[in-house]
Amino acid sequence: MWEQIRSNQIRSVVLTIGMGALLILIGYFLGLYFFESAVAGLIIAILLWAIMSLVAYFQGDSILIRMAGAKKIGPDDHPRLYNVVEEMKIASGLEKMPDVYIIDDPALNAFAIGRDPKRASVAITSGLLQKLNRDELQGVIAHEISHIKNRDVLLMAMCAVLLGTIVILAWYGSRFMIFGAMTGSRRSSSRGGGQGNIIILIVALVFMILAPIMAQLIYLSVSRKREYLADASAALYTRYPDGLASALEKLGASTQQLKSANQATAPMYIVNPFRKKGLKASDLTSTHPPLSERIRILRSMGGASFGEYDSAYREVHGGKGVIPAGAMAAAAVPLSTKKLEGEAGEPDEVQRARETSDVMWKKSDYKTVTCDCGTKLRVPPNFRDPRIQCPHCGKTHQL
Amino acid sequence: MIPGIVIGVIVVILLIMFIGNYNGLVRLRNQVKNAWAQIDVQLKRRYDLIPNLVETAKGYMKHERETLEAVTNARNLAQGMSGAGAADRAKAEGELSSVLSRLLAVVENYPDLKANQNFLALQEELTSTENKIGFSRQFYNDSVLRYNNKTHVFPSNIVARMMGFKEDSFFEVTLAAEREAPKVSFT
Repeated sequence: MWEQIRSNQIRSVVLTIGMGALLILIGYFLGLYFFESAVAGLIIAILLWAIMSLVAYFQGDSILIRMAGAKKIGPDDHPRLYNVVEEMKIASGLEKMPDVYIIDDPALNAFAIGRDPKRASVAITSGLLQKLNRDELQGVIAHEISHIKNRDVLLMAMCAVLLGTIVILAWYGSRFMIFGAMTGSRRSSSRGGGQGNIIILIVALVFMILAPIMAQLIYLSVSRKREYLADASAALYTRYPDGLASALEKLGASTQQLKSANQATAPMYIVNPFRKKGLKASDLTSTHPPLSERIRILRSMGGASFGEYDSAYREVHGGKGVIPAGAMAAAAVPLSTKKLEGEAGEPDEVQRARETSDVMWKKSDYKTVTCDCGTKLRVPPNFRDPRIQCPHCGKTHQL
Repeated sequence: MIPGIVIGVIVVILLIMFIGNYNGLVRLRNQVKNAWAQIDVQLKRRYDLIPNLVETAKGYMKHERETLEAVTNARNLAQGMSGAGAADRAKAEGELSSVLSRLLAVVENYPDLKANQNFLALQEELTSTENKIGFSRQFYNDSVLRYNNKTHVFPSNIVARMMGFKEDSFFEVTLAAEREAPKVSFT
């Protein structure tokens, strides 16, 4: 079952190696052109890649968290969210409880980070948190935990670094080449034989233009495949694919873009943060499969196993399945019929919104004073006065 | 000379396969053990929650002293049984579940209690603990399935037989039904 996800990882690793080959070719051409030695170019390319990888590996998590403006929460800040993450941690058999973050953003999205399952984090926007009921939240968190469990986070981060390195090298390489060729650089004059040089120039230039595009397509195809896999795992963990499907429907209805996302971090999110409404982004240029398709697959599942997901996928998408054959050997897994939560005493959207904003105020060091008249006073951290007056009923409160 | 090398290579390959399969079996067996321990963790969590629940409910439910006492007694009994055999334990947990559901049914008659913030927080904790019991049982069964598969399929079944890896049993539904938590419904 879960272990056999590995066979799919091999496929992803092969694609990553393909990107690595592109990087090496770029270095080769650069070296040949600028230094008349392929080795020098290779060293530069690999050195750049190594430095970027090391930074991404050791600092990537904190950089991403800071870029997203996420606030870490504990079990007491938002018990329901924390509990749902813990439930999914148990269902997936993750060894360590991931850190839980809330991003203060009305856009609807969530992501998981962490280079290995022992030091992982999940983050969700406050907008999504207040929009989802418990079942839906469970589906979304299960999807994110699957990314951690399947080690997608590390793979995608490493892919992103490779892509970034290729783009940087190709961009600077091609500019220098064009500039050098136009001004008749010392390289071309010192070599004398202009004929061979021009051929190398053209081949190298074409390659410089094509390589980033090819690398990006590889990257996107890896990313999309991992999304399907995470959906399948989420269905297996929750035994309730309708929860995630209904959450994705809510996500699809919103067009609000996430402020803190950018192209490089887009694959980390549960839905593409740059999507536009009504646009069926089923083409090669999307980090995520189209939402409508993901929803239809989840909705048509007759059981919770990978096999069920695969047959639903083939029905909706056509063609070959998305789950590796080895993973489907497991017995049929029935869907959860009873849901304990959802009906009884579940907070509605207004209550959830209030709950979430309370957490965000508290996390921004605001003090909350509840006045007898029912008004809640939010006192900013730089408020020095020991007393504050309720603007509603005029009562004075001691801080 | 050459046959010797070939035999040597085959022996080394067999040895590596044996070690790999053996380690795989040990890893899965440990996972089964850990998963079983997780169920216990969640059941203990339920023991810890019940006194708080009773304490909070006490102030509002003046006429339900007997029910509250029954819950407390059943909880203490179940906790006392946690070292006992699976069958005895299942019985005690089943008893606890049924008195808990009886208590939660009468909560209906106390709207003040249902509006209590403390009680709402306990409700969330109890709901989540029930879920966690369910999910840890689910993960336990998944782990057993994986472990059992490994003891059955070739070539690890040979290693399993040689080294005495025995098939593990699932958390059966019959037992589970007794051990299962009450349906929490505070409305």
